[in-house]
Amino acid sequence: MVYFIAKRLVQSLFVMLAVAFLAFSLFRFVGDPITQMTGVETSVEDQERLRDELGLNDPFAYQFARFTGDMLQGDFGFSYRTRQPVAEMIATRIPATLELGVVALLISLFVGIPAGVYTALRPRGAATQAILMMTLVGVSIPTFVIGIILIFFFGVQLGWLPTFGRGGTVNLGGWDTSFLTVDGWRAIILPAITLGVYQLTLTMRLVRAEMMDVMQSDYIRFATARGVPMGRLYFKHALANTMVPVITIIGLQFGGVIAFSIVTESVFQWPGMGLLFLESIRFVDIPVMGVYLVVIAFFFVLVNLIVDLLYVAIDPRLRIRDVS
Amino acid sequence: MLKVDHLTVKFPSRFGDVTAVENMSMHIGPGEIHGLVGESGAGKSTVGAAIIGLLQSPGFVSDGTMTLGETDLRSIDRFEAHALRGKRISMIFQDPQTSLNPLMRIEDQLIETILAHEDMPTSAAQKRAVDLLEEMGIEGASARMQSYPHQFSGGMRQRVVIALALCTNPELIIADEPTTALDVAVQSQVLELIRRLADVRKVSFMLITHDIGVIAQIADTVTVMRRGKLIENGPTARVLGHPEHDYTKQLMAAVPPLDRKIARFQVPDEDGPATAGKSKGDAAEAWLLGGKKPVPVGLTLDAINVAFPGVRTSFWQKPKPFVALSDISFDVTAGSVTGIVGESGSGKSTLAKTLTGLIKPESGTMTLGGSDLPGGKARSRHHPSRQLIQMVFQDPFSSLNSRHKIGAILAEPLWLYGLVEDKEERRALCADMLALVGMAPEAIDKYPHQFSGGQRQRIAVARALLARPKVLICDEPTSALDVSIQAQLLNLLKDLQSAFGLTVIFISHNLSVVRQMADDVVVLRHGRIQETGPSERVYQSPQADYTQRLLALTPTMPSDWR
Repeated sequence: MVYFIAKRLVQSLFVMLAVAFLAFSLFRFVGDPITQMTGVETSVEDQERLRDELGLNDPFAYQFARFTGDMLQGDFGFSYRTRQPVAEMIATRIPATLELGVVALLISLFVGIPAGVYTALRPRGAATQAILMMTLVGVSIPTFVIGIILIFFFGVQLGWLPTFGRGGTVNLGGWDTSFLTVDGWRAIILPAITLGVYQLTLTMRLVRAEMMDVMQSDYIRFATARGVPMGRLYFKHALANTMVPVITIIGLQFGGVIAFSIVTESVFQWPGMGLLFLESIRFVDIPVMGVYLVVIAFFFVLVNLIVDLLYVAIDPRLRIRDVS
Repeated sequence: MLKVDHLTVKFPSRFGDVTAVENMSMHIGPGEIHGLVGESGAGKSTVGAAIIGLLQSPGFVSDGTMTLGETDLRSIDRFEAHALRGKRISMIFQDPQTSLNPLMRIEDQLIETILAHEDMPTSAAQKRAVDLLEEMGIEGASARMQSYPHQFSGGMRQRVVIALALCTNPELIIADEPTTALDVAVQSQVLELIRRLADVRKVSFMLITHDIGVIAQIADTVTVMRRGKLIENGPTARVLGHPEHDYTKQLMAAVPPLDRKIARFQVPDEDGPATAGKSKGDAAEAWLLGGKKPVPVGLTLDAINVAFPGVRTSFWQKPKPFVALSDISFDVTAGSVTGIVGESGSGKSTLAKTLTGLIKPESGTMTLGGSDLPGGKARSRHHPSRQLIQMVFQDPFSSLNSRHKIGAILAEPLWLYGLVEDKEERRALCADMLALVGMAPEAIDKYPHQFSGGQRQRIAVARALLARPKVLICDEPTSALDVSIQAQLLNLLKDLQSAFGLTVIFISHNLSVVRQMADDVVVLRHGRIQETGPSERVYQSPQADYTQRLLALTPTMPSDWR
């Protein structure tokens, strides 16, 4: 058990190191940082002096070690575009993206799992066919089109919900949250649905497939044969057994949601990391791009570590050694 | 008690209704163990499912009556039926490994079932659960109950399953192949338990099985089914001891006896209409012999050790390797059949894999006909033994590539080993080889799924023979087959073995089958040899305690039954 977690931690460390290396290579080799920092009027001597001061003439390994060391100490460097520390910029953007991602995830779980169970238990029902068709349409349309359709109906035609920005936010110790105001909640609904539709469909179809599989298993047949009440049979026996593959995919997808919320954020002008990333690309703001890469990778690694721990929590076979 | 009269079960399909069970009648009294025997596809399990109301969709009961006590099982609605399940009728499934929910403690599963049917405080349900587990022979039940299913061994798990089926005091338990997945020692304990429950608690059992030895040992009455129809029923000793119907007689003749070796099984339609009046595979036989008298080749194993790396669970401790085979030495005489018997986990299949070069032994030497036989990857892909040693696997459904035609499957060894270069010649030879193993040569253009298990196993044998092997390793070749099909395949293997002078290693957990086939026997347990010797000697006067116990525990029929 301890060994299992320790092993995963070491693996995560290697993943982070690999990503840091990529980010560093981006920083170091995509274009010349000096030319980007200086104008045409800077003399060659000044450029060389700057290069030396910034340590760009040091050996490669030494530079990478310094880069990683700085990162570990929370020093992410400065943005080319705004001259602000990158750490500060990212920190102000993380809450928006995380909250959006979490709400999208919750929507996909609270709709996707029950819908998956329902469609598995009544595979031939009319409602099942309707749900399956609708969600297929949902994933077939690109995310930005869904966003625009939602904006058109709920924002423009009906005027129920705001179409851009975060609405009212409350600052809680450096974390801007939209969860504490009605406006904040109103603003998050449309982007969260837009972002969650794809994951919802995936969750639903996966739960459905796993559930149909589990319902055929011997232990469900045996539980049915001894008259275990249907509610417990479906939700305690069957659903729990579908969860291991489902959380794997949800975990992987959640990392994706955080990383690829770029489209949704730009459609809804959501001031999150995705939007920051887009702006950085436009201005070739390489330090921000590099740090974005590292932060996103960190989320992926973290979520997958949590998923691994959830396996252990769900499945006693991983917790307790069997007899043999 | 349970009365079933004129039961008919149908499955609607695009081509009209398929009748799975037709005009089936049986009566089971209190405390009676009623055996239901028949080969696969006979509709045994369908009868059980119809009684408990769990027919696979879209099957339905189209005719007949089923009553349990005063209750008409056909007239109740699905809610009443569900309330009745567990309360009055319960079920035991074949595989204890898969019939318990792996994520729930034994205790929770027991209490949940009791509370589903009886209004009582949880503490009372818990107490009953403990008592029941103790009665099933699980020691320290109140502590053991906190465990998850994977913490129990196979036999213990089946006891838990029986406790679960019994915990609401049902009148009838339908046991669908309850011991098929168990080793003989565990099987005999479970059967003893079932017998005791029937005698003491007066629970009725419907025991569905294909194993006639099991029925002979514990069933009071028996029903023989074939293709959904009732063949005959009555007291076990009468039906199986003095069968009236031809089918029952054939079935009994196909059961391999443990107490003696018979030269050939009596199989009525062995060479069936498929091959009648056609080629018997003379060309294939001539090709295999190559115009000479076959020269058999022997095999020697000396001090073979095989270990697998253990699972690492800590940084500091080196994982303990799992020893699969230790110090295995025996000789296989050229042209003889050596049987290898043992319970699951005894290393039988590991031995087969070691011989075929799929696993590298830690130490020890193997020789084939005097020349050294390297193990594992040290045996190159072009090593002559790759051709000389061929294998027939247990599961005929997964051992043939389902996307290849039979012709392509059979031709593979011919081009792989460069035995026949011409394509047309290969095809003719394959077709003739099919005839030799008792199949229609036309099968060459079909796909594996178009054949039954027994036919596929014949194809697997044909494929092995087309490599012109000297040694044939059969790993449980008949365990997935019905007895009559098994009898045919065993006859075929015997014929081929003597015709081509093959050296055969025949692996099986079934002692009776091995006795029919083997000249010598090796008894394995936990990767160690318990006993070796000529099979007649081993079976008649076993030396090792383990062999004696295995023989004593194997269910057999009284010898005066045939």
